[in-house]
Amino acid sequence: MTILDLKPGQKARITGWSTDAPPSRLLEMGMLPGSVVELVRFAPMGDPIDLKVRGFHLSIRKSEAGLVDVASL
Amino acid sequence: MADSPNAPIRRVALIGNPNVGKTTLFNLLTGMRQKVGNYPGVTVERKVGRLEGDPPIEVIDLPGSYSLSPKSADERVAYDVLMGHLPGERIPDLVVCVVDASNLERNLYLVSQVMDTGLPTIVALNMTDAAEVAGLHIDTNKLQEELGLPVIPMVASRNEGIGKLKYRMRQAELPPAAERRWDIMPVVDEGLPFLVEHLEDSVQEHGRRIEALQCLTNDAMLDYWKDRAPSFHRAVLEERKRLEELKAPYQQSEIMGRYNWISPVVARVVSRSKAEGELTLSDKIDAVVTHRLAGPVLFGLLLLVIFQAVFTWATPVMDLIEGGVALLSDAVRSTAPGGMLTDLVVDGMIAGVGNVVIFLPQILLLFFFLGLMEDTGYMARSAFIMDRLMSKVGLSGGSVVPLLSSFACAIPGIMAARTLANPRDRLITIMVAPLMSCSARLPVYTLFIAAFLPTGTVLGIFTWQGVAMFSMYLLGTVMAFVAAFVLRRFVFNKGDSSFFAMELPPYRMPRMKQILWRMIDRSKAFVVRAGKIIFGMSIILWVLATFPQTEPSEALVQQRMAVETIMAERADGLVAGGMAAEEAALVVQEQYADEVQTVENRIAAWQVERSAIGRMGRFIEPVMQPLGFDWKMSAGIISAIAAREVIISALATIYSVGDVDEDSPLLREQLKADTYEDGSPVYTPLVAVSLLVFFVLALQCMSTLAIARRETNSWKWPAVMWLYMTGLAYLFSLIIYQGGMALGWG
Repeated sequence: MTILDLKPGQKARITGWSTDAPPSRLLEMGMLPGSVVELVRFAPMGDPIDLKVRGFHLSIRKSEAGLVDVASL
Repeated sequence: MADSPNAPIRRVALIGNPNVGKTTLFNLLTGMRQKVGNYPGVTVERKVGRLEGDPPIEVIDLPGSYSLSPKSADERVAYDVLMGHLPGERIPDLVVCVVDASNLERNLYLVSQVMDTGLPTIVALNMTDAAEVAGLHIDTNKLQEELGLPVIPMVASRNEGIGKLKYRMRQAELPPAAERRWDIMPVVDEGLPFLVEHLEDSVQEHGRRIEALQCLTNDAMLDYWKDRAPSFHRAVLEERKRLEELKAPYQQSEIMGRYNWISPVVARVVSRSKAEGELTLSDKIDAVVTHRLAGPVLFGLLLLVIFQAVFTWATPVMDLIEGGVALLSDAVRSTAPGGMLTDLVVDGMIAGVGNVVIFLPQILLLFFFLGLMEDTGYMARSAFIMDRLMSKVGLSGGSVVPLLSSFACAIPGIMAARTLANPRDRLITIMVAPLMSCSARLPVYTLFIAAFLPTGTVLGIFTWQGVAMFSMYLLGTVMAFVAAFVLRRFVFNKGDSSFFAMELPPYRMPRMKQILWRMIDRSKAFVVRAGKIIFGMSIILWVLATFPQTEPSEALVQQRMAVETIMAERADGLVAGGMAAEEAALVVQEQYADEVQTVENRIAAWQVERSAIGRMGRFIEPVMQPLGFDWKMSAGIISAIAAREVIISALATIYSVGDVDEDSPLLREQLKADTYEDGSPVYTPLVAVSLLVFFVLALQCMSTLAIARRETNSWKWPAVMWLYMTGLAYLFSLIIYQGGMALGWG
């Protein structure tokens, strides 16, 4: 399951990245294995998405969100 | 060092994430005593100010950074300043790390990196009010203990805590050097001492470990040492190989290690009074502003308001400036001795600078709205809403605002592209922004559409002229997107595919002082830098239109004499009728003002035709002929190289109707009446359309080139910009004119 499988408002815990080289900017922003993310909403045209991580809102594109594996809480 | 009287002035660096109020704090500390420039070789703004008092302190505002492992030129500068890698930049004596209290965890990431540099550090815990609203209580003493650094809680926007910070900044005894408090995974840790060894001659002791760590994971950072410390460079490459063989995830080890330290610290110092799931006011606003339907509608409405404001509110002020410039010209003319020097001052310098200043109202207004969007946090939402659309041409949502700004003027548009973190997106945005139809094209559109396009209506409600005007804007916009697509696909197709990661900061009440500050700041940059180039160009153009000077033809001299003779006779008649000679001369001058003007204008036109620019017009006429342009239009286009709207005054001079504006029926009638020697009209609707399209696409604006030069820090991109846009303009006009002729629309 990845972030994209979540419904708006749903939270999950990051378990890892399905890529060898996750964008380090996203890691630095706190999207590490173990962090809790909430999918807040999709943008009006469906992409990007608004995530809540470590208490702040972060917008990333679906192409990256699809690389983040999560497990439901 | 601080005690000795000859000690250099203390240097304090402000660093912090974007959106933490760092610039607000900088402005509060330094007031108007700021110097804004560029770091050598990069387009990163260097802001230095002075905190007055005893002793005075030099404050340097480092670019907003999420991390010291640089992802952008801005972050690279922040790191290099702290490490003393930049020539001429002394390592700061003290670092003030500005932290958003409502977002402590992510902000501590940067703090932990700054601590690694070993510089004396103070944490300015800003926005404690926002944290309280969000139900977060931070135990400052405990945080101080955990970090081993002084922590000063503050609300910079309300001036709270500033005094205490200033006191700490001035204290003779610096806070103790910060130290590393986190641990990296053992396998990476054990290799670092061997790397650090190689830096002994080149990096101060406390900075060696973080430098080695940065170079281990970042190629751009390692490149810096390739020639400076080849042994270090080699050692890092070997270490990477060792770690890869061990399959150690060293790339992420730093980030993991820091968060492993940060998360427990945050848990110990922050207590919550609200349930975590509770919606904040900001969340509630977002539910509307980024709503699937309401979001785009609101965005559209906002744009409408901005456009309306920039086009209509600015007009009275622009008219005022125009009037002021005219008054100044008249004043100089009437007091100066006359002759060549006066002409140069009035027609070259004053008119040239006037051409720059005239755009100031629009630029100020646009920056006001941009500032409002940025300050409230709406800017990030507009990017969020538009990203999907922009990604289709390879850009991101961040380009929306710069491109839309360019409808008013490409200059603020290009400057607004600074908000783009990705250098490639920024460059592409800069390169296509001038294709958006700016307000300087408007007078040209107005003149030619009113003169040559039919007045009927389409579908009952739209006029042809309105449709034509809209088509000009549409053509420019479509071409901007096509150009962006082509640039992204064929020019900037190398390198890693960038990704989009943007913080959506909480909404905030806009602070007018900050917005006004920025308006003035950016406008000053425009006036000073673009002004210099416009000023020079205006003088050159004036020289080209004035020299070589030719005597008017026999026929013109006779015309002038004829008018003078009539005037003299008339004056004599009045004197004979009992009027004083002086009074009679005045009456006659008034009566014959139009006739005198007409003859003078004809003489001016004769001279312009034989001036350098007239000759250039004739010279390039063969090249412009296939587009349907005669030598006068060609000369007009040459004179419009500096600024589009100059073509109107240039044509006016050539058609000898004196000073006219775009609505003047005189110039319009003159253009319509102009014929080639065989009696066929010079201007047909087809020629007008060809000329219009040329003006949509061509880059005829010195200020744009100047600002593109400044923003890209090279002449290469402005040159490419000019060539591709002018090429496009020629191609499209050629196709339209030749195609139209072939279809018999001539």
